[in-house]
This record gives sequence, C-alpha cells and structure tokens, in this order.
Amino acid sequence: MSELLTGQPGETRLFLGNEAIVRGALEAGVALVTTYPGTPASEIGDRCYEISRQTDLYFEYSVNEKVALEVAAGAAASGWRALCAMKHVGLNVAADTLMTLAYVGVKAGMVIVSADDPSLFSSQNEQDNRYYAKLAGLPMLEPSSPQEAKEMARAAFALSEELHLPVLLRTTTRINHTRGAVTLRELASRPGPGVFVKEPFQKVMVPAVARLAHARLLEAQARAAGLAEDSLFNKVYGKGTWGIVTSGVSADYVEDAVAELGLEDRVQVLKLGFTHPLPANLILKFLAPLERVLVVEELEPYLEEGIRAIAQAQGLTLSIQGKSKALFSRLYEYHPALVRQVTARYFGLPGKAAEPADPQRILGEPLPDRPPNLCPGCPHRAMYYSVKMALKDLGVEGIFPTDIGCYTLGLLPPLSMADFLICMGSSVNTAAGISKATGQKVVAFIGDSTFFHSGLPGLVNAVHQGHDFLLVILDNGTTAMTGHQPHPGVTLTPPGYPCEHVPLKRVVQALGVEQLWVVKPFKYQEALAATKEAVSATGVRVLISQAPCHLHVHRLKGRQPRARFRITDKCQDCRHCLDYFGCPAMQLNQGPEGGRMLIDTDLCSGCAFCVQWCEAIRPVKN
Amino acid sequence: MNFTENRKPKTEDPKIRLRIFLTGVGGQGTLLASRVLGEAALEAGFSPLVSETHGMAQRGGIVVSTVVLGEVKSPIISPGEADVLLGFEALEAFRALNYCHAKSLVIANTAAIPPYPVATGQAKYPGVGRIMQLLAEQVGGLLAFDAGDRARRAGSPLAVNMVLLGALAASASLPFSDEDLRQILRTRTNPKFLEANLLAFQSGVDAAQAAKNWLKKPGTWH
Repeated sequence: MSELLTGQPGETRLFLGNEAIVRGALEAGVALVTTYPGTPASEIGDRCYEISRQTDLYFEYSVNEKVALEVAAGAAASGWRALCAMKHVGLNVAADTLMTLAYVGVKAGMVIVSADDPSLFSSQNEQDNRYYAKLAGLPMLEPSSPQEAKEMARAAFALSEELHLPVLLRTTTRINHTRGAVTLRELASRPGPGVFVKEPFQKVMVPAVARLAHARLLEAQARAAGLAEDSLFNKVYGKGTWGIVTSGVSADYVEDAVAELGLEDRVQVLKLGFTHPLPANLILKFLAPLERVLVVEELEPYLEEGIRAIAQAQGLTLSIQGKSKALFSRLYEYHPALVRQVTARYFGLPGKAAEPADPQRILGEPLPDRPPNLCPGCPHRAMYYSVKMALKDLGVEGIFPTDIGCYTLGLLPPLSMADFLICMGSSVNTAAGISKATGQKVVAFIGDSTFFHSGLPGLVNAVHQGHDFLLVILDNGTTAMTGHQPHPGVTLTPPGYPCEHVPLKRVVQALGVEQLWVVKPFKYQEALAATKEAVSATGVRVLISQAPCHLHVHRLKGRQPRARFRITDKCQDCRHCLDYFGCPAMQLNQGPEGGRMLIDTDLCSGCAFCVQWCEAIRPVKN
Repeated sequence: MNFTENRKPKTEDPKIRLRIFLTGVGGQGTLLASRVLGEAALEAGFSPLVSETHGMAQRGGIVVSTVVLGEVKSPIISPGEADVLLGFEALEAFRALNYCHAKSLVIANTAAIPPYPVATGQAKYPGVGRIMQLLAEQVGGLLAFDAGDRARRAGSPLAVNMVLLGALAASASLPFSDEDLRQILRTRTNPKFLEANLLAFQSGVDAAQAAKNWLKKPGTWH
C-alpha cells in the first residue's frame, strides 16, 4: 500500500513536496490525475500511478501536457475533481488549452501543478510561470513548504469550484524536492460516475460564446481577488516600519534572515501564498505604515511589479524594490545567506558576510569536473558511435539537431552529437530548416517518448513538404531521464501497467515515411551498414534504433548474468575508444606505469559492443 | 556540543540548529542517507527539512542533499553554513569545502571514484592524502577513512551510505542516538538489505571510535 494512503488524521509524516501535493489531492477526493513526466514534477505522477493500482483513482501518463490538460478538463467538466501536473515548460505545450479553458471553466475542482525550475537543474530554461496565471486570468497558489503544498493542493479544489476556474498551484524545484513534516487530514472518497451536463452555449468556444465567456472570466477574477484578500495563505508577521513581501521558498529564506539579523521588531513581513489575483487591499494596508519595502522572490519581478502598480494607483511613494544590480538578480535560485545579505544591505545594516573557503584556491589547481554521462551499456551511445563512424567513413560532416532526454548528454565530448536544441520535438523541425537553408547533411536525434510527445506533427510536415534529413529515433522502450515512465510505444512496462502498445515502426510508416531502417544498435556491423545507407540517401529518412534502456531492464528484471571483458596486450594505445566512444567503464590506467586502457569490470554492463570494433578487447573466460 | 565525548546530545535544547550537507556521486545512496536522517529527526520531535537532487545530475554526476533541523526554515544550505559535511567520495568531500565553516565536522570517505575527465586522462585527480590534509586545516574536525572498503568487508559494497551514517551517529553531533538511526533502518528501509545495512552501519560506528581515523580532533562546537 502506498504510504500516501496510510496514516491517521493528525499524524505527521516526512513527505517530499510532490508527495504532499498528491496527499492533499487525495484528501480533497481527487478522482482523476494526468501528467507527462518532467523534473521536478515527476514524482506526482509516479505516486499517483502506484495509488491508481490500489484504489479507484484514475491516473494516466498522457502523451504530452496538452493531452494531459485536456483529459483533466473533460473530467472536471463532468464532475470529477481532477489534477494535472507538469514541469514549467510543459505548460507551454498546454498553453493553448490553458488560455481558453479559463473561458470554458470547470464544474468540479481542477488543479494544475506547474513545477518551475530556477537554476535549471533539469530544464532548458528557467521561465517564471506565475505570468501564466496573469495571462490566463486564473487563481494561483504558491506553497513555501511541503506542509503548505499539501494544504494548498487540498484547498485549491474548493477554490476552483467556488470560482468555476482551474487553479494554478505553482511550485519550484526546492518545494517539489524537499521532504518535510506534513500533518495528515482525513482522506476523502471519490464520487461514482460523473455526469456531463450539455450546455453548448456555455462550453463551445465559438466567437459569440467566447465573447460572453471572457466577460464571465473577468467577473470571476474580481471574485477571486476578493477571496485572495481573506485567504489564510497570506500572512503578516513582525512589527516596525520596514517591510518585506515574499512568496514560495523565498519566504523561508526571509524568515531565517529576519531571525538571524534580529529584525523581529523592525520589519513586517507579508508572506503571500495566494499570488494571483494579488490582494490589493491587504497589500495597501500592509504598505500604509511602512517607510520602505523589499520584495524577495526568485526569477521575475512578478510581485514587485504588481505591488508597485497597486501602490502607484493609491499615490503611495515609498520605496519598493527587489530586482536590481545592487539587490536581487532575476537569474537562478536564491539561498539563505544571499537573502540575508541583500536584506541587510537594503535596510542599511551591517551584513556578516564571511567569505567561505575556496577549495580550488586552497588546492592551487583546478578540481576535475564531474559531468553527468550516459550509463555504461546505454544503447544511445552505441547508436551515436555508429552514426559517427558512418559519417567518418563517408567523409561527410553532419549537423545534429537533438531533443530532450538522456540522449541530450550526447552533447558532451567525445560523442559531441548535439548541435541544436530548443524544446521537446524541436529536433525534427529545426532539422528541416537547417537542411533547407544549408543543403548540408542533417542527422536529427529524438527519443521514443519525445517522438510521441511532439515529434509526430513535425514528421508529417517533413513528409508533406519533402524535406531532406535523417531522423534517428532512439527507442529505448521507456521515458528514461525522468524515472522510466511508460509511453505509447513502450516495450517494457512496470508491473500491471495496462496499455495498448502503439508500435513505433508502423506509426512512422503510416505517416508516409518510405525510407525506414530499424536497427539493433548493439549489432555494430548491421547498425553501421544501415546508417551509411540512411545517411547517403536523400529526402525524409527515419532510422529507428531499438534496444531497451539498460537501467530499466536492470530494475524490472533484476541483475542479469553478464559477460565480462578486458583489454589485452594487443592494445596499441590508439585511444580510439576514448576519442569516439566514451564509455564510463573504459578508463586510462593512472597507475605508476600509466597510460594503459583498462575496463572497470564493476562498471562494465557486458553489452559486448566495443568488442565488435576493437580487437584488443576480449571476453574474460571464467 | 562536543564531538569527542560519547554522550547523547540534548534533544530538549530549543535553540539547536543543525545543517548537514551530503555530497557524493550518482548511485552512492546519498538520497537514502538523507532520508534516514530526516526520518530519525522527525521521530526525535523535530520538523526537519531534507532537500534532494533528482533528474539529470543523477547520471554519474554530483548528487547533493541537505538535512536541516531545529531553528531553521530554509530547506537548503548556503556556502559556509554547513555544520556537518558527509562526503561520500574524496574529491566531492573536498569540492564541498566551500559549504563548511571553521567549526564544521567533516566525515569523508577517502575512496576515490575518478570522474570521467580523469578516467580519460584529461584531468588529474588530486592526491587524496593531500586534499584530506587541506580539508583538516580548514574545518573543526575531520574523520576520514575508506568507507568503500568497510562496506565491502561488511558484505555489501553498495552500503557506503550506511557506513557513513554509522560514523555520523557515533560522532555525537546529532540530537538523536545511533540506536534511533538503527530503528529507522529497521522500520523504513528495504528488509531484504537490513542485515547487511546494519553490519555496514556498525562498521561506521567502529570507524568513528578508532582514534587513527580522526585526522583532526574536533574542539568545542556551537
């Protein structure tokens, strides 16, 4: 039984922020959850998948975020409380839906979790999704701890029903991936079958209906502003004539800074949890007695701009500052000492900023980096190697648009197989543009999950327009990067995962791709020959590289017996393996005699790929 | 608080504030170790915060997690503010020196996992003896030993995290006892590995009790 389903009301558990959100939704009787996996939101879906196997909760890993949001919208329109979770950039994919869903509204409560990623721990940008709440006109809550994440997730359903609008629950990595003490409430049961009430002149967004719906949305926003004024998620503490306004994890840094600087009697703090619409009256009341205000928020000056506008409308002229060269940056996440130091600076206090020790300076030489790398036995590396060798043998330079997944690590040398990346699915379409503009050989890479997510329309377009590139689909049978979630083309599913398998090869054929190769990347000669053919041809070509993620097989089936390999005396020290392949199990011996290649048998997966192109590598006989 | 005396620290101290920084390489079990510490702190009546690294960094990169408890609301630790550094790998322990202050306790595994640029000869791994010496000069106390070797000898090479937890428990820097941590291992971790984990944990306790492993004896702390 999932630990999120156990425990008595009043008990306290240590939950990850993402788990707390799921628990909050369960306490609100959520009936349907959808997601597309993406760090830092992934565990929301993973826990709901477990729970859906143990209860009547419906959960799906949808094919992308737009699909996920629309499935949830349909359920919420039919009376089921629904939750849809995604990483920040996922909301771009679902933005078309979001904007007009705000017009359509919901019947049962609907909560959209947007997990932002300041500092880009696992993302291609660090956009601030609070502006989506403003853009779409939706209410937004921002938790500052796992406990608050649970309470807000729970309360957001009722708020959504009161306003007939979906609610944005906006988190950041530090909330999603922090474990904290969470006190439980009663779990709620789910309703039976929902009822879809036909109201086409409310719910079908043709212009005549949408004009009225937009007016309705503005009225709902006004009501939302009233609810924000009274929300218990907005709190004021402290006393004095200085002020700080903050939200999210920054509110924690502020609380520590106030205590450590001893400002309890000098500064008042407005901690906002209900951050769209902003509670204008509460803010004005807060500002009225103050001399100056510091706004502490990561990324964009969302609160700062809003508060300044509210102050200006009332003719208040006190200093309200946040983002500036002298104060806070719009870049990256903050940390406690940074917030303490800027707070001290703004209020003219002596900041105690002892310079931390610098290990590199103390050592007197650079510390070696530790970049992440594709695992030993990764099929992506094997396929990259074949493409590298095919281009080398043909004497052709390739340009490599790539996509989002583990294989993006192919960026790093020695593979260096990534030249252009924007977002999910961009490989296919940027390949078309680059080849059209340059006439050069373009080989694009996309993973299987990403292909289903947003590669399909691009491939249809390429066939229709007659573009000229090779698309390599790296099919490892799972969504590896985010923790091995299934997708429509999965070959290896978690136990009990019910799904209709949608075979990649037939999908590609059905899209009209006539030049198609399917290879097993660990069969080197076969993969190399097919790759040479595919690279040499013109027009839209697709090569599917099919081999399961080694880690995933390991996790599902347990440790398999494996062959062992070693480097024999035949090694001429050519270092081809280091310069072209870069398997973490192959290392240069740093011993006293130095400079010899060796295979770390603990790390080696036994994939037997290198043995096919290096004569010096031989199996170890037992 | 004094590390060398083997007394149980005062749990009832309302002003306690402890920040533990854990760093290692993907696959070394830093996340489980930080979670066990968090669960033990919760049992001891604290509201701990445990912050974790997930996603891309886990593919052979550096994995950092933090455990904070007591009078503190921020889930992460700023440079210069870790009271305890638990280094799962020698180079990573040294790299995290900027998170320590002059009185920090460092518990470091002296076993090295060469990062890829070192494995390919493009970069040099600094001498472990030298970086441990430099660490010792900068911090309040340094307990350093080969936790990989101890894990192997305890019968489970992957249990470096348990060895380090044992050493931390025996360093008297936690507001709960080694037995409290064992209790969490018994109730909250996979029973399949429990016996091996407890052996590795005990080996860590033993390591902390061997005077030769203390490269620097801690003075008074806090």
